Amino acid sequence: MTKMIRIKKIILLLIAALFSVAVNAQDMTGLIMKVKAKLDQVSDYEADGKMKTDVAFIKAPVGKVKVYFKKPNKFRLKKDGGISLLPRGGVSVNMNSIITTADFIALAAGEAMVGGTKTKVVKLLPANENSDIVLTTMYIDEANLLVKKAVTSTKENGTYEIEMSYGAFGQFGLPDKVVFSFNTKDYKLPKGITLEFDDNEKELTEAQKIKNRKGRVEITYTNYLINKGMSDSVFK
Amino acid sequence: MWTLIQIELFKIFRRPRTYIAFAAITGLIGIIQFGLKLDGDSYVDFMMRDITSSITVEGKILNGYQVCYIVLQILLVHVPLLIALVAADMISGEANMGTLRIMLTKPISRTRFLLAKFMATVAYTLLLLVWLAVMALFVNMLIFGTDDLFLLKSQYVVLLKENDIFWRYVWAFGFAALAMTTVASLGFFFSLFAENSIGPIVATMSVIIFFTILSTLNIPVFNKVKPFLFTTHMIGWKEFFDIKVNEANEAIVGSIQNPQKIMQSALVLVLHIIGFVTASILVFRKKDILS
Repeated sequence: MTKMIRIKKIILLLIAALFSVAVNAQDMTGLIMKVKAKLDQVSDYEADGKMKTDVAFIKAPVGKVKVYFKKPNKFRLKKDGGISLLPRGGVSVNMNSIITTADFIALAAGEAMVGGTKTKVVKLLPANENSDIVLTTMYIDEANLLVKKAVTSTKENGTYEIEMSYGAFGQFGLPDKVVFSFNTKDYKLPKGITLEFDDNEKELTEAQKIKNRKGRVEITYTNYLINKGMSDSVFK
Repeated sequence: MWTLIQIELFKIFRRPRTYIAFAAITGLIGIIQFGLKLDGDSYVDFMMRDITSSITVEGKILNGYQVCYIVLQILLVHVPLLIALVAADMISGEANMGTLRIMLTKPISRTRFLLAKFMATVAYTLLLLVWLAVMALFVNMLIFGTDDLFLLKSQYVVLLKENDIFWRYVWAFGFAALAMTTVASLGFFFSLFAENSIGPIVATMSVIIFFTILSTLNIPVFNKVKPFLFTTHMIGWKEFFDIKVNEANEAIVGSIQNPQKIMQSALVLVLHIIGFVTASILVFRKKDILS
């Protein structure tokens, strides 16, 4: 008899736990929807910025860029003339496009500090099996409804991290600075192809190799033009 | 001296052989331009296959500056062979025609005579390089336009801004002039030892090919010899297209990664030129001229 009572208690506890997860998930969906509503104020924007590429095997100067966005998820980053080096499939993923994914499951995953701000950690799972994004972990400043950091795992383009700082355009959910971290592959070409004759290169240690596999792209926005209307031809 | 140089230049440019090099450069660059204009995107895709796995490169990669770099990379290994055609013929050609002995009966010292011939050879070399610059840089700028320059090195890639490129080409061609003058002085030196141009031309070409292969081979036993081969230093022009980065890994516009290396290579080439010309004078002054 006592055994039956114990089993009933366990079942009740499990049901309660399941309910609490469901309630949490709903809560997080609500938070995501609030963030989405904030981002939805912006139908389109054009921004000027400075882009810095920090990848171990790339020597590139800081360049001026222009960023274009149009609802629902059209995004284009153009260098102001010249050649641009961007992480493969990466920078085009922005907050609007992640949150615009209509069907998702949002799960609470605790709280964390990001850049001195207390944030809610939300795991965002796309319901669509064909989505390139497998999982996004968002760190949301609940008070200001701002996504401070997002870690996204994709099927094709690996895992990358986007960290955002906000300023004057924070009221629209648009960052002043975006730091995009991603993994790179080793780069090496035979010297016979590049016609380099010197042999004074030093073999890298494993630690250096691992460090070199991390890349960063930093975009600092200087100006936003919001909801001024935008032609689709910009994205072609 | 100037009159002597003028006479020698007249003789050089009267020979049809002289124009082979100009025609070869025009033809080769023309073919490269035609191919890249027609199917340049495939070439760029092939070139970029190692980097595009993690980085997307957007923009007009195949522009005039890029095509010029490709052309120089291919041709500056072969242009020495074209220079040898004239340089190695300077003394041996005269000997072959039997005019050397007659010319030396004139009241001009052998040293002045030899230096005038060498100066004329250098003038021809520089003119060939100017033609190469016109065809490879200016014509390509007209055909393909200008933009940033994206270069693939063995361990890293370099992106140079459009306004930070032209001056590098000016210096690179200046350096190439030094490298080609070294080849000319070698051919000139060999031309003292034969009464037929074929021998010195083939000898100059052989030395260049042999040294270039040694410079390219990445075998440890040869690595100690490489710094002493002038062919190793002939590609020093490429150093002008490497850029310094600061602590934040930002490229510093207007900088050169390793200026000391360029200076060192230039010094080695100048020493070779001085060495070959001095040796030529010493040999020629004591040479028994029989033809």
